[in-house]
Amino acid sequence: MRRIGVFVCHCGSNIAATVDVKKVVEMALKEQGVVHAEDYPYMCSEAGQVKIAEAIKEHKLEGIVVCSCSPRMHEATFRKCAERNGLNPYLVEIANIREHCSWIHKDMAEATEKAVILMRAAVAKVHLNAPLQAGESAVTKKALVIGGGIAGIQTAIDIADAGYKVDIVEKEPSIGGRMSQLDKTFPTLDCSACILTPKMVEAAAHENITIHTWSEVEKVSGFVGNFTVDIRKKARYVNMDKCTGCGVCQEKCPSKKPLNEFNRGLNTRSAIYTPFAQAIPNVPVIDANACIKLNTGKCGICEKFCQVGAIDYTQKDEIITEQYGAIVVATGFDTIKLDKYGEYAYNESKDVITSLELERIMNAAGPTKGHLERLSDGKAPKEIVFIQCVGSRCSDDRGKPYCSKICCMYTAKHAMLIRDKYPDTNVTVFYIDVRTPGKNFDEFYRRAVEDYGVNYVKGQVGKVAPQPDGSLMVHGVDLLENKQIVKKADMVVLATAIEPNPDVRKIATMLTASIDTNNFLTEAHPKLRPVESPTAGVFLSGVCQGPKDIPETVAQAGAAAVKVIGLLAKDKLKTNPCTAKADELRCNGCSQCANVCPYGAISYETKQVNDHGIREDRRIAVVNSALCQGCGACTVTCPSGAMDLQGFSNRQIIAEVDAICR
Amino acid sequence: MNKVEEIKLISGVNPLKCMKCGKCSASCPSFNEMDIKPHQFVTYVINDDVEALAQSKSAWKCLSCFACIERCPRDVKPGKLIDAARQILIRQRDQEGLSPDEIPALLDEEIPQQLLMSAFRKYRR
Amino acid sequence: MPVTENWKPKIVAFCCNWCSYAGADLAGSSRLAYPADVKIIKVPCSCRVNPMFILRAFEKGADGVILCGCHPGDCHYSTGNYYARRRMTLLFSMLDYLGVEEGRTRVEWVSAAEGVKFSETMNSFVEKVRALGPNVRLGDLRCKN
Repeated sequence: MRRIGVFVCHCGSNIAATVDVKKVVEMALKEQGVVHAEDYPYMCSEAGQVKIAEAIKEHKLEGIVVCSCSPRMHEATFRKCAERNGLNPYLVEIANIREHCSWIHKDMAEATEKAVILMRAAVAKVHLNAPLQAGESAVTKKALVIGGGIAGIQTAIDIADAGYKVDIVEKEPSIGGRMSQLDKTFPTLDCSACILTPKMVEAAAHENITIHTWSEVEKVSGFVGNFTVDIRKKARYVNMDKCTGCGVCQEKCPSKKPLNEFNRGLNTRSAIYTPFAQAIPNVPVIDANACIKLNTGKCGICEKFCQVGAIDYTQKDEIITEQYGAIVVATGFDTIKLDKYGEYAYNESKDVITSLELERIMNAAGPTKGHLERLSDGKAPKEIVFIQCVGSRCSDDRGKPYCSKICCMYTAKHAMLIRDKYPDTNVTVFYIDVRTPGKNFDEFYRRAVEDYGVNYVKGQVGKVAPQPDGSLMVHGVDLLENKQIVKKADMVVLATAIEPNPDVRKIATMLTASIDTNNFLTEAHPKLRPVESPTAGVFLSGVCQGPKDIPETVAQAGAAAVKVIGLLAKDKLKTNPCTAKADELRCNGCSQCANVCPYGAISYETKQVNDHGIREDRRIAVVNSALCQGCGACTVTCPSGAMDLQGFSNRQIIAEVDAICR
Repeated sequence: MNKVEEIKLISGVNPLKCMKCGKCSASCPSFNEMDIKPHQFVTYVINDDVEALAQSKSAWKCLSCFACIERCPRDVKPGKLIDAARQILIRQRDQEGLSPDEIPALLDEEIPQQLLMSAFRKYRR
Repeated sequence: MPVTENWKPKIVAFCCNWCSYAGADLAGSSRLAYPADVKIIKVPCSCRVNPMFILRAFEKGADGVILCGCHPGDCHYSTGNYYARRRMTLLFSMLDYLGVEEGRTRVEWVSAAEGVKFSETMNSFVEKVRALGPNVRLGDLRCKN
């Protein structure tokens, strides 16, 4: 019988207000093997840990149960405390009486009863805990950043500056991401390309950064410190070493029909293209769907005009395999599809556009060379209506339930820029709320109203009706005047909700990183670990974690980089000792466990065993504890019950079941 | 059951979901005829002022075109709220309601189909 | 056993460490109530749950057992929840054959972000088990006093 100590935390009033902690202590002392039990307001505090330390020495404890918050919060704290005081850290169990008890129950008697049962289960388990020793694994001192937008670029630069190698994988032909599509940035109105391009150049020129554009992550295996990643380098059909980026091929290419993705499909590009002038690398790709040569075998004009012979129609997709210690997801966002919003006539009229499309129209490199024009007839709009919250804050299945966060500010920016450049154009913004938390944000919005005369109307638009004369009839409401508004407009701009890049689900699955109902990646803790994924070694940067503007994205990118550096700076990582182990006497070498192991951690060896005095050679399963991640799939598959999971053994779990059902 | 609970039950709507965007009022073809506007319905229900809502002109000016229900981003559906208020009224008055047999005699050939449909929605109970 | 008014079901919930246990934590920190009859056992993955544990729970007097794991495709160990799903399908049909009503067992996928779903799942599961009353089919008579 082990000597067990039980420590019950009040967590201030978080636990003590609904759980009678004294009663839990009293009941604990009645449990078998419990030689000491006490309660304390904050067990995790320095003083609380001293109490544990003293009790370990005084009562010669061989096992500890802490009744407190979730083990996800403080299991590590109490294990370290035990270790410092000479007790194996794996002889500590947590009974979660806060998240799973005091916070969800109101009735004191009921909550106390449950807390006692949870305590009993933990005591029953800790009796059977084995003193485990964590192993060690080496760290590959190199990081992978998935996504080459501002988030990915900043993370990569920060990691590289600390002296570690970084690879950026970007699926588009150039890094730059959404920020490269923006014209100006709020609240300073500086030109987006002017501040982004130097960062792109810095990343490209950095000796520690390798950029794989036109590439996608194909497969991820391994674990923190030791990821193995397959990267598909899509066929570019242009030799990157030879190409000088002169651009002649793009001029001469006769296939000019494909929609220009960079300009949000508002105009077309050639089949061989770089997305934009400042592209990095400045090497075009051939769009295989549109290329005449690749589809019909005839043409070859780009090859003919290329003076350095960089065109190579025979290129194939190539898969490279790399090793990384840490992976940062920086996959960014896109705007939602507006097919379900028939009332805004986005699919009917060319003059109803999204804000991101307006960015391209306002940009000198955009489809209208920076002139504000209606896309239907090229005329200058005199009356522009902005509609806020299109698809944001929706609880129906058409939109997204969250606030997209950036729309209020970029709309103020657009309105201000238009009023500044085209003073005779009227701008009306229909808003529900104007949300401007941020440094100099509200001042910026007020400038739009007070200095630039932008007409802000509180109320949503119900319908946009295209008229035969080409104008747009906007049916809105002014809730403050309690009046319906019918307004004739030349252009309507929709502040379209943003959503995580659709590819993120695929990537999250590969990384086994969890994802929420809106496809945003989940953080390890919403407040205290906002840039880490719950999956060790995977970090989050930028909008893939939640809506953010540029400064926030850059800040988070830096934070993610610091976490990566902290990981790569270690030479060895402690591995989880809760791995599977086969009982040599029971194993019959049937191979079923190896079939279900997702890590290939199980192999078979012929070993001599001593079965009740009879020595014989048997085929026995051997688990490689460096590869085993401790899922336990093999333990259930094993027909003879030979395979067991350390830390979550059959006997331990059954002891918990028994204690709960007692 | 009080009136507010009754309205919630009949309409199946949770008025607390409203974010006061006004898209219902922007969409309403009878807006100018109404004394209480569609975006205000929710506030009347939340403030337990169902009586005023039921007595308002709006209850009968609503065309039951369901544009507000279709477009409401928060699933609040003011059209259903006013419809529920109307039902409570009709149930109170009981005999004064139309029975289906009476409708053919009241029909005018000039009346558009949609109006018949919405009349059916409004008066069928 | 006669059903008394104060009867409370014993419910064992196995939750995987990565999704559902975190989902239960989120339900807790969001103060989303569910009945105290539910007691959670943490397992690394839903595939760690041996059918034996569930039989043991019923034998020892549990009235309902629920297994929660990551959504299909989101398993921290890639494939664990698929194994759990298959095993439980077989086990539950066997339990059904043994007379343990369908409503006493359940598999549910709850992600770390789904505190609301966790609480709703537990509420509806407990309600169902309460309606079924005490489980007497697999109870070990020697365990009863």
